[in-house]
Amino acid sequence: MSLQDVPGIRERRVSTGGIELCVAELGDETRPTVVLVHGYPDSKEVWTQVAEQLAEQWHVVLYDVRGHGRSTAPKPLRGGFTLEKLTDDFLAVADAVSPDRAVHLVGHDWGSVQSWEFATVKRTEGRIASFTSMSGPSLDHFGHWIKQRMSRPTPRRVGQLLGQGAKSWYVYMLHTPVLPELAWRGPLGKRWPRILQRLESVPAGDYPTPSLPDDAAHGAWLYRDNVRARLRRPRDDAFAHVPVQLITPTGDIFLSERLYDQLELWAPQLVRRTLPAKHWVPRTRPDQLASWISEFVSGIESAQEDGRPLQAPAPTGAHADRFGGQLVLVTGAAGGIGRATAFAFAEAGARVVAVDRDAEGAARTAEMARLIGSPAAWGEVVDVSDEQAMEKLAEKVAAEYGVVDVLVNNAGIGLSGSFLETTSEDWKNVLDVNLWGVIHGCRIFGKQMAERGQGGHIVNTASAAAYQPSRALPAYSTSKAAVLMLSECLRAELAERSIGVSAICPGVVNTNITATARFAGADAAEEKRLQQRTGRLYGLRNYPPEKVADAIIEAVVHNRAVVPVTPEARAARFLSRFSPGALRGIARLKPPL
Amino acid sequence: MASPVKDATAPELQGFREVQRLAYACAEAVAARLEPGVTEREAARMQREWLRERGVRDWFHLPFAWFGDRTAFAGFKVPLQFFPTNRKLEPGMPFILDMAPVHKGFTADIGYSGCLGLNPLHDKLLADLEAHRALLLGEVRERRSLREIYEDVERLMIRQGYANRHRAYPFGVIAHKIDRVAERRWSPRVFGFGTQSLKGLVSDALHGHRDGWSPLWSPYSFSDHPPQPGLWAVEPHLGFRGTGAKFEEILVVTDSKDPEQSAFWLDDDLPHVRRWAEERVAA
Repeated sequence: MSLQDVPGIRERRVSTGGIELCVAELGDETRPTVVLVHGYPDSKEVWTQVAEQLAEQWHVVLYDVRGHGRSTAPKPLRGGFTLEKLTDDFLAVADAVSPDRAVHLVGHDWGSVQSWEFATVKRTEGRIASFTSMSGPSLDHFGHWIKQRMSRPTPRRVGQLLGQGAKSWYVYMLHTPVLPELAWRGPLGKRWPRILQRLESVPAGDYPTPSLPDDAAHGAWLYRDNVRARLRRPRDDAFAHVPVQLITPTGDIFLSERLYDQLELWAPQLVRRTLPAKHWVPRTRPDQLASWISEFVSGIESAQEDGRPLQAPAPTGAHADRFGGQLVLVTGAAGGIGRATAFAFAEAGARVVAVDRDAEGAARTAEMARLIGSPAAWGEVVDVSDEQAMEKLAEKVAAEYGVVDVLVNNAGIGLSGSFLETTSEDWKNVLDVNLWGVIHGCRIFGKQMAERGQGGHIVNTASAAAYQPSRALPAYSTSKAAVLMLSECLRAELAERSIGVSAICPGVVNTNITATARFAGADAAEEKRLQQRTGRLYGLRNYPPEKVADAIIEAVVHNRAVVPVTPEARAARFLSRFSPGALRGIARLKPPL
Repeated sequence: MASPVKDATAPELQGFREVQRLAYACAEAVAARLEPGVTEREAARMQREWLRERGVRDWFHLPFAWFGDRTAFAGFKVPLQFFPTNRKLEPGMPFILDMAPVHKGFTADIGYSGCLGLNPLHDKLLADLEAHRALLLGEVRERRSLREIYEDVERLMIRQGYANRHRAYPFGVIAHKIDRVAERRWSPRVFGFGTQSLKGLVSDALHGHRDGWSPLWSPYSFSDHPPQPGLWAVEPHLGFRGTGAKFEEILVVTDSKDPEQSAFWLDDDLPHVRRWAEERVAA
């Protein structure tokens, strides 16, 4: 959908310094205003989805930067795009759309570069309430960043310089006279939509707009008028006078994450977010952006209303910048690894859906998750092996809480005993939960993720038994080996949709799985004895499920394919690749039960 | 103790009751004086001084204080980590005060969990400890093996979503025997433990070993026996990520045939018990 087709959109012209800016407004005008500033080579169209979602709660304002979209261009172009003039434009827009109230500023790419100027100069004080920055550093901070690294070049700093230097190739290109304009108005302009689709997985549609060649040609002056001057003589007083939310796409091919080291020095009230995505996040991750912007803006608004000082968000766990506000669904969450995983995500500020057969346990997990930082958590009762129940759950979750960002298929049951004593009933039970549970989860929730097209991650709990044959666990190992292979295949398929898939192979972990494990061929009393005995052995090994949960979080953050966790799981993984014969030898040993 | 107690009215229990109340009064007094910036060492000294002023000269062990994630024994591996550090108390931080004074030849060992200001998570842990007090008493009355009771307590903790943190205690004990301590003019301490009390514990261990019981209530097979008559300082300790909570108080086990009298908590008028009662009224 293009911006013109969004219902309720209102357009007006704002004149400033001989320029006519095209300004669009959405949403209720009595609500606080959020101003979205686009980058290069874009027009305000880049924000369409984000604006639409934000408009449900806020008064959203977008404008075409001078020389872009349907705004007019300065004459002559040279000297018409300085940051000072862009600041004039912003102030004119802000005065027109929200004369009495400071606005919340959001900038992407060059929109963020210029917004850094707005947020750090004196004359905008009191006109800006907050600033959300993505993929666009302040040229002044960048200048200091380079100076620091040039004046004290350690190997690491030189590496950072060279790395960013290589990523900035296009900046040098844009400084050549005439050629960029020719390229944009010629072949590059024509191919650009396809390049974007291929490199960035930006969904096809009516973006970029037909005005692209002109926008890009004019926009080259953004670079020429500012970059060299600012990098050579960066301002020393470029301190942000507003709270800043920094959203860093980790896969950005134009900007290195290192650019924002020590940003706290320039922006004292800083909230960091990271997003596993490439450069064009307003197009590829609109839901996540809208939710983070909304959360940030409403936090500041409510703090101002109550007169409270602004507080950093509560979650303090590892990777809170990555998972804050995301929706995480964990199966088998009433105990053990599932519960620990739900808690780890809760500590990182994620919303958690705790799913289990055990209603009380799932509710308990949700309750405790809320106490340690989850903004919202729900317990759901489902048997993962029941396809219809899973379908129903997925419908309910999508309707009430949204599309799942991280899915952890963890539910599993244990079954021990020799192959010949394992009945077909035993086989069915184990495969139903351990394999079919994962299949249902991946299929039903994975489909929702893929259809949304904004990335995500699926974690499947396999086991070290997946690659370690054993005479004691034929059915269990088979189910887990299937989960491992399923995960690897799915990973290959979903890579093009930016959905990561990880298989976790914990090993012997101190959980309750032994207390409910079945022992094929054993009568009730014998089974009870074996359960207690293995329980004690697992207790002696005493590897905590919390460590597995940490490994799961890391696997999601770094998009790891297969993660063996305990030392024995890692050793077995190593042997399975380099000396499978040794593992087969070990498989013949009778377990000490 | 020379003669095992028969019931709750036994006169020799009065001394234990008094010292346990004294210790809890100390915990409440010190807790009320805690403020941001106080260190664990200072809190431990406050307890020591408060009790010295009231006639305590010997200890089963010196007072401990744990603040913040140390209440959950995060990363505790060696016993030296139990000793108070220079960790400073901050608003919202949980703390545990643990002391075992000897007074007039009677001893108590108590644990007091508190929190500086509001901390809903800590409140939850404290509230969930109530089920453990009931479970322990019930199973001791049923004369289940100590190891079994230990495992049931641990199971309840896991069901509640917590980690069992008394596993980090020496021998993983959930309780240990408490006895009268002969008052000596000079009673040195080893690693913070009073030698007189340790002597009692060691001699119990020796006797017990011969008769097949142990003065330590642990998950190991040496605790695989029914509860032994005597006084037990019981301390279930919950841990949940960076937060821990416990209570510790004396459970009396007798050889009475009457189940009511076969085991009972020495005193029901203690801060944590009162707190639960108040919560029930409020609810």
